[in-house]
Amino acid sequence: MIKLDVVYNLAGLVFAAYALLSARDATNPRRGRNALFWGLLAASFLVGDRLGDIGNGVLAMVLAVTAGVGQLGRGTAWESTLADRQASAYRFGNRLFLPALAIPVVVLFGTLVVKTWRLGDVPLLDPKQATLISLAAAALLAVGLAFVLFRQPLITPLQEGARLIDMVGWAALLPQMLAALGALFALAGVGRVVGDLITTWIPIDSRLAAVVVYCLGMAMFTIVMGNAFAAFPVMTAGVALPFLVHKFGADPAVVCAIGMLSGFCGTLMTPLAANFNIVPTALLELKDRFAVIRAQVPTALPLLLINMVLMYVFAFRSHG
Amino acid sequence: MLILLGVAVVVAGFAAGFNPLLVVMASAFATGLAAGLSPVDVLKAFGKAFNDNRYVSAAWLILPVIGMLERAGLQERAKDLIRGLKGMTFGRLLVGYLLFRQLTSALGLTSIAGQTQTVRPLVAPMVEAALESDSEELADDERQKVRAFVAATDNVGLFFGEDIFMAIGSILLMVGFLDQSGVRLEPLDLSRWAIPSAIAAFAIHSLRILIFGRKLSRRPGA
Repeated sequence: MIKLDVVYNLAGLVFAAYALLSARDATNPRRGRNALFWGLLAASFLVGDRLGDIGNGVLAMVLAVTAGVGQLGRGTAWESTLADRQASAYRFGNRLFLPALAIPVVVLFGTLVVKTWRLGDVPLLDPKQATLISLAAAALLAVGLAFVLFRQPLITPLQEGARLIDMVGWAALLPQMLAALGALFALAGVGRVVGDLITTWIPIDSRLAAVVVYCLGMAMFTIVMGNAFAAFPVMTAGVALPFLVHKFGADPAVVCAIGMLSGFCGTLMTPLAANFNIVPTALLELKDRFAVIRAQVPTALPLLLINMVLMYVFAFRSHG
Repeated sequence: MLILLGVAVVVAGFAAGFNPLLVVMASAFATGLAAGLSPVDVLKAFGKAFNDNRYVSAAWLILPVIGMLERAGLQERAKDLIRGLKGMTFGRLLVGYLLFRQLTSALGLTSIAGQTQTVRPLVAPMVEAALESDSEELADDERQKVRAFVAATDNVGLFFGEDIFMAIGSILLMVGFLDQSGVRLEPLDLSRWAIPSAIAAFAIHSLRILIFGRKLSRRPGA
């Protein structure tokens, strides 16, 4: 069975290559720091399971300090010129889209078809991780296709990867760090405390109040915790089931479905959902770290209000 | 209540502009210590969770091929393609992408697009080209706003499409949790109630795209 280990080993080797390339990049004023950062991340992927919990804790802390005290740098060694890219674009035309289109096709094939393949009794892909394994396979196959089509030097994918990962910088690690923080929040019972706060302090004495508290609570809780999945069990056990469903007789399907989407409105407004809200600012070279959130709030707030209306209208319809 | 100290650290740290990785570490220690853990226990718990969540960072394996394509001229080709299509305005392009992202996510195809995969190399350059085609170049601050808007559109399309698909993680989480609480529901019961919100999300965000596009086309020099 192909498990996540294969993907981790591949990622470890790629990050190790970034570390080596960074170390030799004389155009980057902080090349040592970059090499250390990507090198440590490579170590995490390659030998993380053998480091023990304390070892991994120290590793995470050193990574944070490496990027956080002082800063990572960015070299210019691997930049291409606009004129070269335009000439290349003219030469290859729409063939340039082929590898980009191959990625989703391979991911789909992996998650829909290969996932069902078996070797004897064992599935070929670890079913829980089929998407990530397929994505890694798609990335590799697309690199192969790009080599065939564009005849770039063998070092190009690693140099280009290093260029882009240096551009993303510390933000590349933030989603993983926040996921770890979420686990610590869960361990400490942060969710329960927030849930108690919301349910104790706000009187839930009518259908409308219950709808508003649940939707608003889902959104606010999600903003604080960074994802709606953490908010859902707490808010649903604390507000939705006892008040909306049991006391006021609401349809649990409507309540929960729209409640989760109210949480997603919160996801649009929190920097803790770094993959969606912070990483793109690095990828798109935006100066304002909160630019994507600023662009989303005017959609998220009216949508939250509409979710409340939808829940109020549809959840109680059988009772008139 | 003291446990919420970690949340306060995150809010204050982000607001003050400290490096987020350091903010996360500080919050982890504040939370753990407030919950009565020793510093070593906090380090252990954080280390274990960090290692367990490596799959989050493994998704960066997509970067080398994106870089190869960019070097070969993908962004420039995407721009040329849009300039060649006369009727392809900012509004049509971005509303079209929103619809595409919502519909494909609703079919469970969440990983065929994304910020690294499509927004940076394809959609953002296309949208910029649509704005620049019959006028001069975008000013830098406008370009920043446009790009942020494209990233936001990808997120809105993903979030308010994926829950219509029955087998997505959040639907399965809800079914499992409700089952434990004695409420038995099928995934389809939940996923069909994601449709009204999805329509509302499309309406609100499309309207904002069109208003934003109109504002941009009225800019001086356009």
